[in-house]
Amino acid sequence: MNLSTTHTGSAAPAIPHWRNYPRFIGNALLDSVEGTWVFYIWMTFLTAIFLVGANAWAVQVRDGMHLTNMSDHVSWALYIANFTFLVGLAAGGVMMVIPAYLYHDEEMHDIVIVGELLAIAAIIMALMFVVCDLGRPDRFWHLIPGLGRFNFPVSMLTWDVIVLNGYLMINLHICGYLLYMRFLGQRPNPKWYVPFVFLSILWAISIHTVTAFLYCGLGSRPFWNTALLAPRFLTSAFVSGPAFIIIAIQVIRRAIGGTFGDGPIRTLVNIMRVTILINLLMVGSEVFVEFYTGGTHTSAAHYLYFGLHGQNALVPWIWSSVAMTVFAAILLLNPNVFGRPWRMNLACVLAFIGIWIEKGMGMVIPGFVPSVLHEVVEYSPSLLEWKIMAGIWALGLMLYTLAIKIAINVFRRSPLAAMADAKQAHTQPLAS
Amino acid sequence: MDPNADPQKSRGLSRRTALKGVGAMLGAAAFARAIAPLTEWTRDISAEEFVQKHYKELSPIDLEIILHRLEKDTKKQYGADVTIKDYKPQQGVKFGYALNLSICNGCRKCAEACHIENNHDRPSHQSYIRVFEMSKGSMNLEKGNAHYDHPVPQPDKFYMPVQCQQCEHPPCVDVCPVEATWKEPDGIVVVDYNWCIGCRYCEAACPYHARRFNWTKPQIPAVEINPNQSYLSNRIRPQGVMEKCHFCLHRTRNGRLPACLEACPTGARVFGNLLDPKSEVRQVLAHKRVFVLKEDLGLKPQFFYFFDV
Repeated sequence: MNLSTTHTGSAAPAIPHWRNYPRFIGNALLDSVEGTWVFYIWMTFLTAIFLVGANAWAVQVRDGMHLTNMSDHVSWALYIANFTFLVGLAAGGVMMVIPAYLYHDEEMHDIVIVGELLAIAAIIMALMFVVCDLGRPDRFWHLIPGLGRFNFPVSMLTWDVIVLNGYLMINLHICGYLLYMRFLGQRPNPKWYVPFVFLSILWAISIHTVTAFLYCGLGSRPFWNTALLAPRFLTSAFVSGPAFIIIAIQVIRRAIGGTFGDGPIRTLVNIMRVTILINLLMVGSEVFVEFYTGGTHTSAAHYLYFGLHGQNALVPWIWSSVAMTVFAAILLLNPNVFGRPWRMNLACVLAFIGIWIEKGMGMVIPGFVPSVLHEVVEYSPSLLEWKIMAGIWALGLMLYTLAIKIAINVFRRSPLAAMADAKQAHTQPLAS
Repeated sequence: MDPNADPQKSRGLSRRTALKGVGAMLGAAAFARAIAPLTEWTRDISAEEFVQKHYKELSPIDLEIILHRLEKDTKKQYGADVTIKDYKPQQGVKFGYALNLSICNGCRKCAEACHIENNHDRPSHQSYIRVFEMSKGSMNLEKGNAHYDHPVPQPDKFYMPVQCQQCEHPPCVDVCPVEATWKEPDGIVVVDYNWCIGCRYCEAACPYHARRFNWTKPQIPAVEINPNQSYLSNRIRPQGVMEKCHFCLHRTRNGRLPACLEACPTGARVFGNLLDPKSEVRQVLAHKRVFVLKEDLGLKPQFFYFFDV
C-alpha cells in the first residue's frame, strides 16, 4: 500500500497527460514490433494471409460481386454469416466481465481484459465483414449520421451501426483507460471505468439482440421470422465466446510462462456447460416446430436438414454442426473435463466451429433457400469469398495478438506489478 | 533497458531494428500491391460522383448538372447517345396494375420487353419480371416453375408473372439504412442508384423477389441501348447497386403505358390510375375476382391478379 501511494504521489502529477499519453502509445507501438521468433513467424504468417484477403477484396470491388457465389436468390452469404458469428463472439467476451464485476470473482478480475480485448478485435472483424459485403464501399459515408441519410429508427441496420460502434468505443475506453493507468502506475479511478463496465454488459446483450432483429424482423422469410432467434443468438454467443477465451488463456499462459487462469477457466467451462445445453434445447425446439407443423413455411428447415427436391448442399454442414455441438456438450458435461485439458480444449474447438457453422451456413443461407418465390437456388462459397474471410480473420488475430501483448507488457512494467508480485508470488496477474 | 550497458546487445538491437525496417517496408509495398485493383476502380469514380447528394436534396440546378454528367458518362463508357431526364410524379395519380391470369399464356414477352426497355445487363438476361408456370388446382408457388422451356400454353397449366408489387407498406423501404429507396407520391417505389450502398438488405426484406443487384457492371452493346432514359428508372445502373421495377415511370408519367403491357399479346395486363374511378384498372377491381399475392403479410400490394372465369 505504501509503495503505491509514494508512486502515485510523487511521479505521476509531475508529468502532464499530454506528454504521458504519447509515451504510452509509443511504448505500445514499440511492443508491437518487438518479440520472440515465434511472434515474428506468427505475425508474418498472418500478414501473408491478410494480404491475400486484401487483394481478393480489391479485385471484388473493382470487378463486381459476381466473383462471389452469391446471387439475387442467395444475396447474403459467407460475409454476413461471419459478421453474425463475430458479433456473438464480441458479446461472448462479456461472460468474463459479469463474473468479474457482478460477482467479484477476484481471479477473473485479474484477466478480464482478455475478454474485453477479444470484444474489440471481434467487433472490428465484424465491421470489416459488413464493409466487404457492400457493393459500394465508396459510399460508406452515406451511413454516417449527419453526413449521409441515416434511416433511424426504422431500419434495424442503423440500430446495428449504433450498437456495434458504441460497443467498440466502450471497450476501447475501458481497456485503454485501465492500461494507461497501469502504465502510469496509478490506481484506476472506478468513476472512470466501472459505469462503463456495467454499460458494456447491457450493451453486449444489445449487439446480438439487434443483430438477430435484422433477420427476425423480416416477415418475408419464415425461417428467420421467429421470436426464438435473438435468445438463440445470445445463447450460442455465450458458448463460442467462452470457448475462444479458454483457449486464449492457455496460449497466453504458455507464451509468457504464467500459471494464472485456472479459476477463470473453471468458471467459463461451467458457463459453457449451461449455455451449450440451452442452445441444444432451442435447436431441438425449433426443429420440432418446423417438422411437426410442416407446410410451405417450413421448407427451409427441410432443405437445411434433409435437402429439397434432390438439392442438399447444406445437409453436410448442418449435421457436422449438430455432431460437433453434441459431442462438445458430452465432453464438457463429463466431470473429468478439468483433469484432462485436451478434452476441454477439444470441446472448445468443436463448440466454436459448430456454432460458426450454425450461425452461418445453418442460419443465414437457409433464410434464402428456398427463395421467397419458392425457387431452390443453392449456394456454396467461392474461392474469393474464402480468401476475403481468411484475410479478415488473419487481421483480427493480428490485432488480438498485439493487444494482448501490449497489455501484458504494460502490466509487467507497471510500478504496481512489483507490489502485486510480492503479494502473490506464484501468480502473474494481468489486471488489478 | 540501458542500450550502453552491453555493446554486443546494442549491435544486436540495431541489426534487429534494420531487419524490422526492411520487414515493414516489404509489408507496406506488398499491401500497396495487394490493393492496387482499388485504384483502377476509383479511376472511374469522379469526385463529383463521390460527393453527390441524395436525390431529394438536389436543387434543380444540381440535378441538371448530374443528368448531363450521366449522359456524358454513358457516351464515354457505352458509346451511346442517350437522353436522361427526371420525370416527376403527377398530382392526383396513383398507379395500379392488374393482371388477368385467365388469359396470360406464359409467352414471357413482358419479361423480354422489360429487358430491352430498361437497359438490363445482356449476358444475365436480367428482367424485373419472372413468369411462373403453375399447375392448375394449386396457387402454391412451390409447385411453380420459372424455368420452363417448351411451347406455351400447356393445357394443364396457368401462368403467373411476378414483378414488384409496389406495396403500400414496402418493407424494402423500411429496412434501407440510408434511405436510398422510397415510395413516390404516385405509388412507385424507386431507388437512387447513386445513393445506394449495395448492402442488399432490401433484397432480403422483399417477399416478392422484386429486387435485383448489379453483381457486375451491366453490359449492353451501344446499338441496343434504349436512349430514352430517366434518373430514377431505366438509365444504365452502376455496378454494385440495387434496382427494381419502377412501372416504367419514364413512360407512365408521360401518359404512356409500361413496356411490359404494350408487349403483351393477350391483353392480360391492365394499368392505370387507381384514383380515377373510371379507369380500367378500377373497373377490374370493382367487377372481377381479384386477389393479391401474399396478402397475409399485410403489405398492401398495388399489383392485383384476377380471373375472368
